[in-house]
Amino acid sequence: MPCPRLAPSWCSPTPETQTVSLTPLREVGRFVKAHSVSAGAQAQMPPPAMHCPRLALGLGFCLLLGITLCSLWVYVENWLLVSYIPYYLPCPEIFNMKLQYEEEPSQPVAQSQYPQPKLLEQKPTELLTLTPWLAPIVSEGTFNAELLDHIYQPLNLTVGLTAFAAGNRYTRFVQHFLESAERFFMRGYRVRYYIFTDDPQAIPRVPLGPGRHLSVIPVPGPSQWEEASMRRMEVISMHIAERAHREVDYLFCLNVDTAFRNPWGPETLGDLVAAIHPGYFTVPRHQFPYERRPVSTAFVADGEGDFYYGGAVFGGRVARVYEFTRGCHMGILADKANGIMAAWQEESHLNRRFLSHKPSKVLSPEYLWDDRQPQPPSLKLIRFSTLNKDTAWLQS
Amino acid sequence: MAEPSPAGTPSTVNQEIQGKSTKSWLGLILLFAILLGFYSNVFSLIPRRQTEESQSSPEAHHLQGQRESLPLSSQDENGVVGQRMLLEESSEGGGHWNTCRIPEVPRLLYPKAQLLKPSRVDVLVMTPWFAPIIWDGTFDSAILDAQFRNTTIGLTVFAIKKYVVFLRLFLETAEQYFMAGHKVTYYIFTDRPADVPRIALQAGRRLVVLQVGSYRRWQDVSMHRMEMISNFSRQRFLREVDYLVCLDVAMKFSDHVGVEILAPLFGTLHPGFYAADRQSFTYERRPSSRAYIPRDEGDFYYAGGFFGGSVPEVYRLTTACHQAMTADRARGIEAVWHDESHLNRYLLSHKPSKVLSPEYLWDERMLRRPPLLRRLRYVAVPKNHAEIRNR
Repeated sequence: MPCPRLAPSWCSPTPETQTVSLTPLREVGRFVKAHSVSAGAQAQMPPPAMHCPRLALGLGFCLLLGITLCSLWVYVENWLLVSYIPYYLPCPEIFNMKLQYEEEPSQPVAQSQYPQPKLLEQKPTELLTLTPWLAPIVSEGTFNAELLDHIYQPLNLTVGLTAFAAGNRYTRFVQHFLESAERFFMRGYRVRYYIFTDDPQAIPRVPLGPGRHLSVIPVPGPSQWEEASMRRMEVISMHIAERAHREVDYLFCLNVDTAFRNPWGPETLGDLVAAIHPGYFTVPRHQFPYERRPVSTAFVADGEGDFYYGGAVFGGRVARVYEFTRGCHMGILADKANGIMAAWQEESHLNRRFLSHKPSKVLSPEYLWDDRQPQPPSLKLIRFSTLNKDTAWLQS
Repeated sequence: MAEPSPAGTPSTVNQEIQGKSTKSWLGLILLFAILLGFYSNVFSLIPRRQTEESQSSPEAHHLQGQRESLPLSSQDENGVVGQRMLLEESSEGGGHWNTCRIPEVPRLLYPKAQLLKPSRVDVLVMTPWFAPIIWDGTFDSAILDAQFRNTTIGLTVFAIKKYVVFLRLFLETAEQYFMAGHKVTYYIFTDRPADVPRIALQAGRRLVVLQVGSYRRWQDVSMHRMEMISNFSRQRFLREVDYLVCLDVAMKFSDHVGVEILAPLFGTLHPGFYAADRQSFTYERRPSSRAYIPRDEGDFYYAGGFFGGSVPEVYRLTTACHQAMTADRARGIEAVWHDESHLNRYLLSHKPSKVLSPEYLWDERMLRRPPLLRRLRYVAVPKNHAEIRNR
């Protein structure tokens, strides 16, 4: 699938470098023109008989100069450090083409003691555990953490975690976010934190456990809150293409104004993982805050919708997250070209995409909770929740 | 003798004008040449020298040139056990293990799932390792059919010796109920190709007869199924189908069996043991056998008559089972339920990504149908064991 080379207005180094390199030859052109004009003016003075050799000499010199400059340009152009990263990378180029999987003897799960699954359950009504397309809905009690550790630990996985702290409103959340992640996120696995910020100095150096690394990646500061929120998809997809696909196997993209409260482990790993928004899991689909204007690419009609997923948590295998964020970003760009911004910015586009590319695993609201709401009995263990911003400063 | 022309005479003027126009023409031509040279450069008419520096610079990634092997497992999150597989570039028919594509579903209208209303409260619908247990009411066929649009399913069935008599009913009911609307290839393994009935097949479905040898004992026939599936998986199935479903022949389809069963690896709950304790499962209990499972282990008792998955996974399963059976034969031991015991041993350590409920394998004569089975999809056909076996 060919990808158009679009140049978004807020970042385009490539055209500028090209403009810079245009000038030398334009100068030459002007120079030549001036020279020929002045040569013409001068030639009027000396007598015609004396004029021809000088003219020929002048023209020969110009030709020589032109050729020299052309060849110099060819040479220099290859030297210039131009960013060759195409902005919109078609997925097959990175992930399908040169990937060679080797046959390896399959590694069995190590023996572990756990109770036999009881097929004939007489449990009281709780949460739905399977979506209609047979994706698991993860909540406390649906999985055996020890068994999953036995399955996932031998794979030597690295899990990435992205968070955006652009603008000094958000950098103050980073400390608590990282500290709680150190306590609860993927204990016993290799983890890479990617903190995107416009102020790398403001990111505190939190002590990290073994096998866990922090990378601070500078991004341009946002002009408005919506701008920052909309750019996440683009930044994440580019980051995966440049770097993350080599460093991690799974990637989660979380909001930074949040904190982990209880263990978040390998039960969340999946091909493409979404989390149900805590504010809308009890309401019917026509009340979901989807984008309802048909002109937007994030439009969802009234009779459609499975769940309302939260924009604060999504993730999965790094290749699928790349495809997902890229798709969302394309939609955001198309809307921007039409001068429209979706009702809930990125979250609307995320929901639109999850409707047609259904997640392979869904996290219950335990994995994305809002502390201001009272905890219902069906949610047994809140693991991740958004901080109440008014009192967030109390956390430190 | 010509008189010298005075200054300002027409000839001088002519020469001047001529000189000026010549100069301007020459100037224009030169300018044109330079501009041509420049633009041809820009539009790459002049071949460019490739340098190594641009590739090594941190900003210029020529991603096409990078060889990376991501340690991605071949299954999705259910039953992942660190397996890698041989994946050709062109095999886009990989279904769910194509690394890039979540299947896109077109706009569909269907009722919304309620998070606070489980689909089934009387039975377990998901194993502790996130494998769905497929019961009626847990899935929506419309969405799943859209997700599995371009999938080819292979069905293997063994009709050795007198078992060819079961083929007609099996195939006719399969035409009616099995994977309706999808591309299916029936692989009939038989030693009597002439006795395979000619059944009218729907569009997109074909039948392939594979001639194999037979064995004297029915136990050997049953056990060698693993070997034959393993061989043909590598030779043929890998290229022809995406998923393989390995079935018993002395059965018939009585209700919908569709793409809800497809997963990297799936097994079916044996109808006789779905409510039993693990101690009473008829696993092989002698430690000298390769199919040995201790009394305190075991999730379910899987039936040997309905298993499957993606072709690489079925290949691994059948190869492992065949090797285990060969090792047992060398020690002079035969597992109590033959290939079924070895299948259970394999599925204990390589957890399936989906488990099919007893709706998918039932015997009406031997068991009374409980209310938790809302549909019977694949049921046993009465057979006279003494007459059919060993003949």
